[in-house]
Amino acid sequence: MLRIRQTPITVFALLIGVFPLIAGRIAVIENYPDVMIFVGIYCLITIGLSLLMGYAGQISLGHAAFYGLGAYVSSILTTRYGINAWLGMGAAMTVTALVAFAVGAPSLKLKGHYLAMATLAFGIIVYIIFNEETAWTGGPDGMGGIPGLSLFGFEFDSVNRYYYLVWSIMLAVFCFTVNIIQSPAGRALRALHTSEAACGAMGVDVARLKVIVFVYSAVLASLAGSLYAHYMNFVNPSSFDINFAIKLLIMIALGGMHDIRGAVIGTFLISFLSLEWLHVFEDYESIVYGAILLVVTVFLPNGIAGLPTMAGRWLKHKSRG
Amino acid sequence: MRVDKFSLCATVVLIGALILAGPAAAIKIRAVFSVTGPASFLGDPEKKTAEMLVEQINAAGGINGEKIELIVYDTEGDATKTNLAVRKLITRDKVCAIIGPTRSGSSLAVVPLIEKYKIPQLSCAANYKIVHNEKTGKPYKWIFKTPQSDGLAVEAIYAHMQKRGISKIALLSVTSGFGAGGRQELLRLASQYGLTIVADEKYGPKDTDMTAQLTKIKGTAAQAIVNWSIGPVQVTVLRNWRDLGMRGVPFYQSHGFGSRKNIELAAGAAEGVFCPLGAMNVAEKLPAGHPQKQVTMQYLKDYKAKYNEPLSSFGGHAWDAIHMLVQAIQTAGCNKEKIRDNLEQITGFVGQHGVFNMSENDHNGLTKDAFQMVVVANGDWALAD
Amino acid sequence: MRFRWSWLQTGIGPWPIENALMETTTFTSQLLQYLITGLTIGSIYSMVAIGFNIIYNVTEIINFAQGEFVMLGGLVMVTLHTVAGLNLLIAFPLAVGLVTLIGVLLDRLAIRPIRNPSVLTLIIATIAASILIKGAAMLIWGKNPHDLPAFSGRDPISFFGAVIQPQYLWVFGFLVLIVVILTLFFDKTIAGKAMSACADNPHAASLVGINVNRMILLSFILSAAIGATAGIIITPISLMEFDRGAMLAVKGFAAAILGGLGSFPGAVAGGLILGLIESLGAGLISSGYKDAFALLILLALLFFRPSGLLGNAQVSRIKRF
Repeated sequence: MLRIRQTPITVFALLIGVFPLIAGRIAVIENYPDVMIFVGIYCLITIGLSLLMGYAGQISLGHAAFYGLGAYVSSILTTRYGINAWLGMGAAMTVTALVAFAVGAPSLKLKGHYLAMATLAFGIIVYIIFNEETAWTGGPDGMGGIPGLSLFGFEFDSVNRYYYLVWSIMLAVFCFTVNIIQSPAGRALRALHTSEAACGAMGVDVARLKVIVFVYSAVLASLAGSLYAHYMNFVNPSSFDINFAIKLLIMIALGGMHDIRGAVIGTFLISFLSLEWLHVFEDYESIVYGAILLVVTVFLPNGIAGLPTMAGRWLKHKSRG
Repeated sequence: MRVDKFSLCATVVLIGALILAGPAAAIKIRAVFSVTGPASFLGDPEKKTAEMLVEQINAAGGINGEKIELIVYDTEGDATKTNLAVRKLITRDKVCAIIGPTRSGSSLAVVPLIEKYKIPQLSCAANYKIVHNEKTGKPYKWIFKTPQSDGLAVEAIYAHMQKRGISKIALLSVTSGFGAGGRQELLRLASQYGLTIVADEKYGPKDTDMTAQLTKIKGTAAQAIVNWSIGPVQVTVLRNWRDLGMRGVPFYQSHGFGSRKNIELAAGAAEGVFCPLGAMNVAEKLPAGHPQKQVTMQYLKDYKAKYNEPLSSFGGHAWDAIHMLVQAIQTAGCNKEKIRDNLEQITGFVGQHGVFNMSENDHNGLTKDAFQMVVVANGDWALAD
Repeated sequence: MRFRWSWLQTGIGPWPIENALMETTTFTSQLLQYLITGLTIGSIYSMVAIGFNIIYNVTEIINFAQGEFVMLGGLVMVTLHTVAGLNLLIAFPLAVGLVTLIGVLLDRLAIRPIRNPSVLTLIIATIAASILIKGAAMLIWGKNPHDLPAFSGRDPISFFGAVIQPQYLWVFGFLVLIVVILTLFFDKTIAGKAMSACADNPHAASLVGINVNRMILLSFILSAAIGATAGIIITPISLMEFDRGAMLAVKGFAAAILGGLGSFPGAVAGGLILGLIESLGAGLISSGYKDAFALLILLALLFFRPSGLLGNAQVSRIKRF
């Protein structure tokens, strides 16, 4: 059973805290804090998604849309109605929660690929709405002029400031989610993944639990979307398309489905590969990316988080043989 | 295997020295083009053109003896990646100026960054909002762009229609940044030319067939069709138009149609199609006295010789951007403020897509005269009257 | 050279054009045109959906590289037929054969090496493969679209006021051909029956001596061949470029789900219905939202019939996914 201890989290938090100070002094990685902002934003989505997919066992290709909803609701409220950015963020999360409930309640009765298709369909429909409702969203051109964030007069207007903001939120969400998993509710979740029937027989309201996790993960995606919009000061629909939904899936699968630490690792890796490292390959980028994914999938079918278990098994096998 | 220690040390020292010394003093220019991804067919000719030009300029001794160092970054046409790339170029690479991005969407995405970090930029995308601050009604201070704005292409088309006595038109557009930008201008300017829009249809950038949209148009009183798209769909829609027997309804393409490859792909369906194009697309057809005759012919010759493929409008946008930037750097060096000022003062610059006259109120510098109305005849462009 | 208006082959004469061909367009002929176009696009979706089903039935996975088979079919054919100048009758089977080889490689390199795979791991492997294939295709065929000559000319056939491209007939013809061949294969041949057995219950199938691995290989071969065929016949209509596959895969997936995953009549019906909704939606309601209509109807259907139109709820219950 998964047990996430406090010490590694503290160490991780410390590393995150000192990273910009170190990176700022090394020319080659000077821009990494900027990349890390997006990593943190994506982590918010994948933490929720990993809870949904890894623990509740439900696949979703619709989270790019929740991410987009967060971004667009925040942008529209702040630019068109001059509403405070934090209030806008809260409103975006509320709207997304309602939409997620409306979509999740009927969808989560579906199984496997049918659920994947239903969430994919939802994602594409939302994407089309972003493109078509030009009066609200600016259409494919997107919308600019989205204000940055500030708190009590403190402006999060530099890369490092925004970095600390995003990562504080991300770590808080991470700890909160870990607590959920290790609480009795989390036990029900894990039971759900092992056997839905057995879980139901134990008296857990399976359908309700699934919807709650779905809504929770959607709200996290919405929060991520708002943070994205206020950092970029610009949103357009193509950041929330199916490709992004699939990329989220890859992040989780690569890191390891059954462990939210895996989701974080996967998000790090895929974000850095696609946003930074693979650029040197130019036209070969897509081939290299595909090849890396394939090799990791083939050799680490349980993701990178499954590596210690695999290594342990291998060592045991060695010592016995 | 034994490693020769001495040569190992020597190699390490050498590499270290190379890294420390870096390249000789050079003017750092960076381009952000969507070389891969969904708009790669636009970014590719831009990259090739930019690299060819910098090679030529450096071979001729560079700018005032200083070589240009150009690196092309791939945005993949993605807003997030463009944002990251541009911030990296500014804060880490400390460049003098930025060329690109290729697409309207990614160009609009970095407007806040460019303005914040105050760095001269020459975008290669069409949307007029890139250089037009809707809040102030004036251009953004640091941003310029070389492609003719959609509005100019629309005006060229509408003027031609007006001359032909057309009053009812149908619009077709692709649901991408390019299509939406054009559609907006088409809707906005129609009444000024006495045109009524009787149909406003759309299709996706990867759709396989637009017969349904055209059939709907066929049922209206439209006297002409304007289509705004790029990529394979702008060819497919032409074939559908031909197959539906709609040749009686003249077809106008946007300036995105500007590649002979498209005529070839249309397999005969492009005959009689009109589109507004920059001079470079019809270089051979220009009269000898045309101001752009020489530069366009030269580019055509060089590009053919180096890459052996047909020219595309988009390469021309990169040509204009590089040359204007070089001209601005000539007296400004790497002084960003001065490069910007010089760019704004460019007048009478003879480029591939027109004669540019920049000013404080115009960071595109072109008028609708930058377009020639062109028609496809016998599988090639011909100037339309 | 100056353009002369008489070159416009209107048959009516030069400007003005007020007396153009408009009066022949009636609502019925329009409707007929929508139906014809919808059925043609739908046939392609059906073929992709059949490809999905063949692999799904044996492995329970959705092969995300299915769209890549279609793309490869078209582009390989371009090379063989247009560039190398091979005769249509030789180039067609050769192109299908080559893509089939890619299908074999996909199974051997991406699917089989994964030990104790979960369904999701396998899906990620196919996503990785599709990224890889797309990247390779970009390098081989470049970034521009390519064309193929229509099989029997481009002179449209007039049909009660509607227009049929000769290539449309080839599309219908091949769909019928594929259905007939597959029916015969599954009903009359040992391999076909063995495959059906695998689809029903792989464990039981292996107990009666069916080599499940060989059946998986066969499913990839069949599905690559069908995908390639779809690509070859659609290219003369819509051109083909390296990144077309994803869109066709999404449409094909939707068609397979609509009809009921695993059901061949379902795939044909699902594809045709999807094509019709798109075409009628674009023609009669709004072309901007045409894809959204199709997906909304799909969602609504799934909420009432969670196993699709012709899907078997009983069978889908014993599937892991």
